[in-house]
Amino acid sequence: MTALFSLAWSSLLNRKGSVILTILAVALSVALFLGVEKARSGAREGFENTISGTDLIVGAPTGTVNLLLYSVFRMGSTTAEVSWPTYRQIAERPDVAWTVPIALGDSHRGFRVMGTTTAYFDHYKYGGGQPLELAEGALFDDLFDAVIGADVARDLGYTLDTPLILTHGLGAADLGSGHENRPFRVSGILKPTGTPVDRTVHVSLEAITAIHVGWETGAKNPLADSIPTEMIRSFDLTPKTVTAIFVGLERKGTILTTRRQINTNRGEPLMAIIPGEALRELWGVTSIAERALLAVSGFVIAVGLVSILTSILTSLNERRREMSILRATGARPGHIFSLLVLESGLIGFMGALIGIVIVHSVFAVVAPMLQARYGVAFGSGGPGLLDLYVLGAVTFASLVIGAVPAIAAMRRSLADGLSVRL
Amino acid sequence: MADPVIDIEGLRFAWKSGPQVLDIEAFRVDAGERVFLRGPSGSGKSTLLGLIAGVLQPQAGRIRVLGEDMSTLAAARRDRLRADRMGVIFQMFNLVPYLSVTGNVLLPLRFSQARRKAAGNDPQAEARRLLARLGLQDESLLERRVSDLSVGQQQRVAAARALIGSPSLVIADEPTSALDADARDRFINLLSEEVERSGATLLFVSHDASLAGLFTRAADLTTMNRAGAPA
Ligand SMILES: Nc1ncnc2c1ncn2[C@@H]1O[C@H](COP(=O)(O)OP(=O)(O)O)[C@@H](O)[C@H]1O
Ligand SMILES: [Mg+2]
Repeated sequence: MTALFSLAWSSLLNRKGSVILTILAVALSVALFLGVEKARSGAREGFENTISGTDLIVGAPTGTVNLLLYSVFRMGSTTAEVSWPTYRQIAERPDVAWTVPIALGDSHRGFRVMGTTTAYFDHYKYGGGQPLELAEGALFDDLFDAVIGADVARDLGYTLDTPLILTHGLGAADLGSGHENRPFRVSGILKPTGTPVDRTVHVSLEAITAIHVGWETGAKNPLADSIPTEMIRSFDLTPKTVTAIFVGLERKGTILTTRRQINTNRGEPLMAIIPGEALRELWGVTSIAERALLAVSGFVIAVGLVSILTSILTSLNERRREMSILRATGARPGHIFSLLVLESGLIGFMGALIGIVIVHSVFAVVAPMLQARYGVAFGSGGPGLLDLYVLGAVTFASLVIGAVPAIAAMRRSLADGLSVRL
Repeated sequence: MADPVIDIEGLRFAWKSGPQVLDIEAFRVDAGERVFLRGPSGSGKSTLLGLIAGVLQPQAGRIRVLGEDMSTLAAARRDRLRADRMGVIFQMFNLVPYLSVTGNVLLPLRFSQARRKAAGNDPQAEARRLLARLGLQDESLLERRVSDLSVGQQQRVAAARALIGSPSLVIADEPTSALDADARDRFINLLSEEVERSGATLLFVSHDASLAGLFTRAADLTTMNRAGAPA
C-alpha cells in the first residue's frame, strides 16, 4: 500500500496544475460548508451565552423575540413601556426574589445607553453564570456617573473620569438634539464579557429621568436647558416608566405560574418571557434559512467531489499507456484500482484539510469583527469534532467516488493487455 | 532435459469479435536462449507477447510459461508470475512520466517481493549498476524527468527496468524500432549481454529481419502462424 501511496503522490505532483485547481475547488466547498455551520452554531452559542440566571423578562406586550432582542441584545427598539407602579407590583410579588428594571432609548456615539439599578451588576449573569466584573473604577454613585462596557472603553479610548454626553434616541452622531448640558463621567469600566454588555453605557435610572427633564412631550422643550443641573438633583427622579424588567424567582418551580399570572395581569397589559424559550423561538425563525443554507453548501461539497471525478476521468485517456506499463511491470488490476482511488482520496483529503484551514483563518479574522459589530462572541474558535468529521466524510466520499474512474481504468487495462493502440 | 521457458501447443487467439489473429501449432523457447521472432506489422507479435505475459487468455490450446499453464492459471496467479519472473520492454513510451529514471527502473520492485529480494539490499545501487551497464553512467541523468531523455536513453532505462531483480524471462516488443541502426545494434548487444549475465531467457520480436543475426536463434511468426496468411 505504501508503494502505491508514493506512486499516487508522484502522479498527482506530475499533474500539479489541474490537481491544485481541483483541490482548491474541494477546499472552497468545504470552507463554505464549515463556514455556514460555524457561523450558525457560533451565533447560537454566542447568543445563548449572553444571558443566564434571569428567569423572566417582563415588558410591554410585543413579540417574544422582539422583547428578548431589545432587552438583552440591544437590537431593535420598542415604543411601549411599563409604568413604575406596575414595576413595583412585580417587584413586590412574593414569588419574586429580585428585579432589575432597565430603561433604554438613548445612545452615546453609536453605543446604547441603559438606565438601570446597581442590582443589575449583582444579578445579570452571562456564560455559565459568570457575573459582571469591574476592570477599574466603581459602580455609579453620583447621579451623572456611567459604567461603560469594555468595547466602549476600548473603541472610544475612554478611561476613568472621561466626560461623556448622551444622545437622545439611537442616532450615531452627537447632533444637536442631545443632552449636551448634562455631561456624565466614567466611574467604572467593566471587564470584557463577549456579550452586548461590552457595548453598553450603563447609568442609573434616575440619571435617565434627570436628562429627560423638559422632554416630557417626547421632544426637547426649548426651556429644558435652562433648568440648572443642581436644581434637577433636588427633584424626585423616580422614573415614570421602565423599558423592561429582569426577574429572578424565589423558586424555579413557579416559573410557568408566575409567567401566566404576569401575562394575564389585570390592569396594565404585560408580557413575560423565559429567555431560553425565547431563544428557541428565535432559532425556530432562523432555522429554515439555516437549513436551506446548509443544504446549499452541502450541494456545493457534492460539486467539489464531482470535480475530483471529472479531473481524474479526463486524465484517464492520456494515462492509458501508463496503466499498461504498470500492468507490464507487475501491477495487478487491484493495484490500478487502488492507485486511482488513492489519488481521488488524496485530493479529497487535501482539499478538506485546506478548506478547514481556510475557514479557521477566516474566522480568526472575522469573529472579532462580528463581535465588535453585534457584541455577540462567536463560540469557541479552535478546530473541533465537526472539522474532523467533515475531513473524514469528504475523504471517504472522495475514495468512494474514485472507484468510478478506478473501475474504468482497471477494465480498460485488462482489455488493452500489453498493446495499447494509441 | 530442462523444462522449456515457453511452450506453446495448438494456441488460438482472436480479439473480441475479430478475426483469428494467432493459430500456432507449436512454439518453444528453452532456458538461456535469446530468440528473435520476426513478423510483419499486424501479424500478431504483440498479441502473442500479451498471451505469454499472461495479460491475455487464449481461446484454445496450451501455453506454458516458466512451468505454469497460463491458459488455466487464475488471473491473479498470472499477474504474480509476471511480476515475479518476467521483464517487459515495449516499442516506445516505456516509462511512467511522473517517476524519475531510477524510479522507473525500480518500479517492478514495488509489485514483487521476489524481485525486491533478488535486487539485493541496495536496490538503488543495483538500478545504477544496471543503467551503467546499459550505457547510462551519467549520474546527473538519474534524477532527471524521463521526458527529457532521448528515445534511445528511454529504451535503455526500460531495459534496466526489465532486468532488475533478475527475472527469468525478458520479453521485448520491437524496442529498437524507433532507434537508428547504430543505436539499435548497440542496444541489442547491451541487452543481450545483461540477459546472458543474469542467466535469463530473451524473447525479442521485431518486423526488422536484419536483426536476426544478433540472437542465438531466429523464428518467423508468419510461417508458424496458420492464421497469419491472408485468405
Ligand atoms: N487491443 C486490441 N484490441 C483489438 N484488436 C487488437 C488489439 N491489439 C491488436 N489488435 C489486432 O490484432 C492484430 C495483431 O496486432 P498486433 O498483435 O499488435 O500485431 P503486431 O504487434 O505484430 O504489429 C491486428 O489486426 C490488430 O488490429
Ligand atoms: Mg506490435
